[in-house]
Amino acid sequence: MTRLVLALGLVFLWAPVALLAGFAFSDARQPFLWGGFSLRWFQALARNERLLEAAFLSLSVAAGAATLAVLAGGVLGWVLARQGRFAGRPLFGALAAAPLVLPEVVTGLSLLLLFVVLEQFTGWPQGRGVATVLLAHASLGAAYVGVLVQARLAALGRVLEDAAADLGASPLAIFRTVTLPLILPSLAGGWGLAFLLSLDDVVLASFTGGPGATTLPVLLFSQLRMGPTPEANALAFILLAVAVPLGGLFCWWRGGK
Amino acid sequence: MIRAIAALWLALLVGAPLLVVAAMSLGVPVDGLPPYRIPLLAGEGMGEAEAWSVLTEDGHFLWALWRSLWLAGVSALGCVALSYPMALGLLRVPPRRRMAVLGLVLLPFTVGFVLRMAGWVGLLRDSGLVNQALIGLGLITDPLPMLYSEGAMLAGMIHGYLPFAFMPVLAALSARDPALEQAAADLGAGRLTIFRTVTLPVTARAGLAGFLLVFIPAAGEFVIPELLGPPEALLAGRAIWQEFFSSRDWPLAAAASMALLGVLILPILLWQRAPR
Repeated sequence: MTRLVLALGLVFLWAPVALLAGFAFSDARQPFLWGGFSLRWFQALARNERLLEAAFLSLSVAAGAATLAVLAGGVLGWVLARQGRFAGRPLFGALAAAPLVLPEVVTGLSLLLLFVVLEQFTGWPQGRGVATVLLAHASLGAAYVGVLVQARLAALGRVLEDAAADLGASPLAIFRTVTLPLILPSLAGGWGLAFLLSLDDVVLASFTGGPGATTLPVLLFSQLRMGPTPEANALAFILLAVAVPLGGLFCWWRGGK
Repeated sequence: MIRAIAALWLALLVGAPLLVVAAMSLGVPVDGLPPYRIPLLAGEGMGEAEAWSVLTEDGHFLWALWRSLWLAGVSALGCVALSYPMALGLLRVPPRRRMAVLGLVLLPFTVGFVLRMAGWVGLLRDSGLVNQALIGLGLITDPLPMLYSEGAMLAGMIHGYLPFAFMPVLAALSARDPALEQAAADLGAGRLTIFRTVTLPVTARAGLAGFLLVFIPAAGEFVIPELLGPPEALLAGRAIWQEFFSSRDWPLAAAASMALLGVLILPILLWQRAPR
């Protein structure tokens, strides 16, 4: 019974995705009509400069936002796990977790309004663009990194750090030789998560991005509102073709442990 | 010092934006750039809070809020209800192949959110695959209007948010003690009874966490209703988006955001108390 539901669930999850990937090879101009085998939409995709530009922008924003998120989120997680009680700690904790639970439209609107008001008073940021999208994504990503780092530090306890301190290591040396290596897996995982969150986001990027900062999901969304395109099918196939070997590699790596 | 840097980050990118929204909801829309005026920031007191009176007197928006909570609730329930049997089925797969099947569950999500919804458009629209198949089989002569319906929207929501419920439920189910269910079985309980009286209670907190992880973002969802839902379906996320981008009534969009946050406070507090 549960295996039947698992099978049906897999059909439900795969049906729309398999449809995209399959019809990526159809010659027809209509995106979901079979017109014989052809690779023309992959060629069209390779020549679609607007889409390639958006994809490159998305990858850069995602990499930048994830890096900033790891730096900020690492500090957030460390403060939450290691600073004990301090004045304003409940507020600090609530603000650190807020991006995880706020609906995207609320986060997007609130960050955009902040940028507008900030510009009015300080002259920065001048309009909205890549920098504001990057900050918005970093703010969301940092919350996820913070949770991961906090959980990791809490699970590890203070024993190793205390031992290093007893042996005379300075706080900076403790951080560099004990804490950092221990939380490195969380930072790496958090970087990946923040990268994927940024790469998949429509709402924050729509609010905080300007006309010069159209990320790939924003472009795909605006195109899809006009109707699906065969080039999007080709893109879906490529994404799957990249994810399958990566997923396989990950399974094999995890299986080896 | 380090704490001050962290506090500054949170104050600037989380706290300040929320305060600005609160202030904006007390403003008035004006023609020009930027298209608002906030009496509070100009030192003129609270002002009339026009946006709030529009919000509370206009049944339109309250209805949108209610519909959003309803859609989010049904979506979250659907995700949890699908996650339990799928996760139990996955745990019955021999360990050697389990990672591969888990990969099969998660792989569709790598295509990205927008493209997955494009797939649903391709399945459900009048010239879509389902209608083509039904017409090809001779079951119907005219295409069924499936896209832009409540059902399509719900399918998209469950497809979009399933991992948020599936992962915590899977984690809780794989960590549960099999001896409890074994004991219940030895005492003669049927499979459904065991699930209802043992499995469900010992994993209830993860189930609740999964429900909330879907419910909270789903209540403000904009993209899925826009692509798959009925054009007239008025939801909170859509109302905020339209007030902001189309009507350019920033104070009303801000007040609507505050209202959405207000009704989500209870589930958010519940979520913060749930274990990770």
